[in-house]
Amino acid sequence: MKHIAEYRNLKLVKGLLDAIREASTKEISLMEVCGGHTMAIQKFGIPSLLPENIKLLSGPGCPVCVTDIRFIDKAIALSHQQDVIIATYGDLIRVPGSSSSLELELANGHHIQIVYSLLNALEIARQNPAKKVVFLAIGFETTAPATGATVLSAAKEEINNFFILSAHKIMPPALQAIINHGVKINGYICPGHVSTITGTDMYQPIVEKYKLGCVVSGFEPTDILWSILRLVKQFEGNTPKVENAYPRAVKPGGNLKAKWIMERVFLLEDTWWRGFGIIKESGLTLKPEFAHFDADLRFDIEVEETKEAKGCICGEILKGLKTPKECPLFRMVCHPTNPIGACMVSNEGACHAYYRFGG
Amino acid sequence: MSSELISKLFLKHFNNPHLAELTDSAQLDIRNSKLAYTTDSYVVDPIFFPGGNIGKLAICGTINDLCVSGARPLYLSVGFILEEGFPIKDLEEIVRSMALEAQNAGVEIVCGDTKVVNRGKCDKIFINTSGIGVIDNKHNDLNRGKNIQPGDKIIVNGYLGDHGIAVLGAREELNFKTLIDSDCASLNSLISDILNTSNQIRFMRDITRGGLSTILCEIVDEKEFGIEINELAIPVRDEVKGVCELLGFDPLYIANEGKVLIVAGSEDADKIMSVLKRQPYGIHSEIIGEIVEDHHGKVILNTEIGGRRIIDKLTGEQLPRIC
Repeated sequence: MKHIAEYRNLKLVKGLLDAIREASTKEISLMEVCGGHTMAIQKFGIPSLLPENIKLLSGPGCPVCVTDIRFIDKAIALSHQQDVIIATYGDLIRVPGSSSSLELELANGHHIQIVYSLLNALEIARQNPAKKVVFLAIGFETTAPATGATVLSAAKEEINNFFILSAHKIMPPALQAIINHGVKINGYICPGHVSTITGTDMYQPIVEKYKLGCVVSGFEPTDILWSILRLVKQFEGNTPKVENAYPRAVKPGGNLKAKWIMERVFLLEDTWWRGFGIIKESGLTLKPEFAHFDADLRFDIEVEETKEAKGCICGEILKGLKTPKECPLFRMVCHPTNPIGACMVSNEGACHAYYRFGG
Repeated sequence: MSSELISKLFLKHFNNPHLAELTDSAQLDIRNSKLAYTTDSYVVDPIFFPGGNIGKLAICGTINDLCVSGARPLYLSVGFILEEGFPIKDLEEIVRSMALEAQNAGVEIVCGDTKVVNRGKCDKIFINTSGIGVIDNKHNDLNRGKNIQPGDKIIVNGYLGDHGIAVLGAREELNFKTLIDSDCASLNSLISDILNTSNQIRFMRDITRGGLSTILCEIVDEKEFGIEINELAIPVRDEVKGVCELLGFDPLYIANEGKVLIVAGSEDADKIMSVLKRQPYGIHSEIIGEIVEDHHGKVILNTEIGGRRIIDKLTGEQLPRIC
């Protein structure tokens, strides 16, 4: 089994679409939280296949998009420090800060290194003992365990020139915040990769409090269509529940080792999400015993006052209140080579996906 | 040192009467012909990758630029910028493969230059090649595509994405290995064959950086026609698809170095396909779509599950997924 063609089988796809059309009698809005789902939905052309009464909204599951401007400004300020190497995933360098970006600072000669994995960043620290390597740690439960594992490795090896600037976040508080901010949806297509780490139990409070179905989905067309079908049936039958539609990768209890690492290394804190403001206990910060790796604590830097880009409605797009096409800047001024907001920068950003695939 | 390099390396491998004269300029007798002239510089990293190296790339790239313009490539120049300390054995391997490629393509390297810069002032080796070819007037518009019209078929000569993935796999930081070789190849024989077969070829472009999608978008830009492409018809190896799925890349945007996109009148499409499939670099050719009257200025992809979406140009570099 190659795990690609099987999940794109035309006969299966058609069967699922027929079942969705038969089951769905009412207007329904479903939110896909994960940026990877937004990309997959647009890439396969799923909106062009669904009946018109089914609306898919893109949510805040893009780690680059929800990272606040102040984080970028801090990273820029750190890059100006003597002997500091900023190590970052590629997408982050194009995100506009208040007055600059990491890409511009790189062009100005500051030492900013794109890495493909945290292990690269740690290796840079090993090979450059006179430098201080700061890794920009973004992402949800999918990437936080890797950061945690790297911190544990660095602690074991007593590496003292490696630091983390954490913007890690967890999903459940955001799922609640979306509803509390007034977004009207009838169910969640829940993030597949996050759920491989966390398991599925964490969605139960959403079902109980908001009576919304939560179906964990994979990323192939038949995965997504199957999840949509399950949510439609739950909605039509008023039987919201947690369902795992990605059992080949997601276990109810999740990945115990990864969860252990997260609990070992991180504490929850209130943190700022672009589009939402502060969401309580939604961010991950290093525990006091690992404080010597925390760039927030170890560097004394001046960060400029945060300035939001005029006209950018990334915040409303991240909440699903508006689509990229409703943004006056979309395509006209804001496009991947000149992104005004983070949603246009990242591969997983809604605006980027709509731009590339025509939304 | 440079006279040693010239005699023991360059002349040894690039040997031909023009170069052997070692004059400041090569004097070339090209009478009563319209010339095509192109140049390109090569800075690929790593310089050796499965299926080729920076030198082979430099020869094939410039030959292909001439061919897709409808020219018969004749002569190349080669300029090297070498970082101090660059190993001679690596240079010899690169030069040897350039000579072999040029010889197989029937093209002479008639002039060249070498500069050595201090360590750190260039990344190992950079190469510039320029090329001259003769062009028949009837092929004037091949690169411009002025005669493209609805109904024309869009053809590619084989698997897409091999080169980009081969180079990516050869880079240390991504930590994956594949069995994919670069498709780096000179296409002059293939292109010459199809130009001799049909006078219905409206447009050709080699599919390099930015991949298939970027060229398709350039074809329709501000035009009164659109393009429809069928995803299932686009040839991509399973291994390339697998790497792309893992890293979050789209094969339609990945660089190639031995692929040409052809737009041809529908009446001759099958004839062109038979000729292509008899060529070593055309065995896996496919008709992947067509020019349409609808959605002016847009490229629409009929996805493998029957959906539809827009294809846009590559903006910036494709980067691996974060989560």
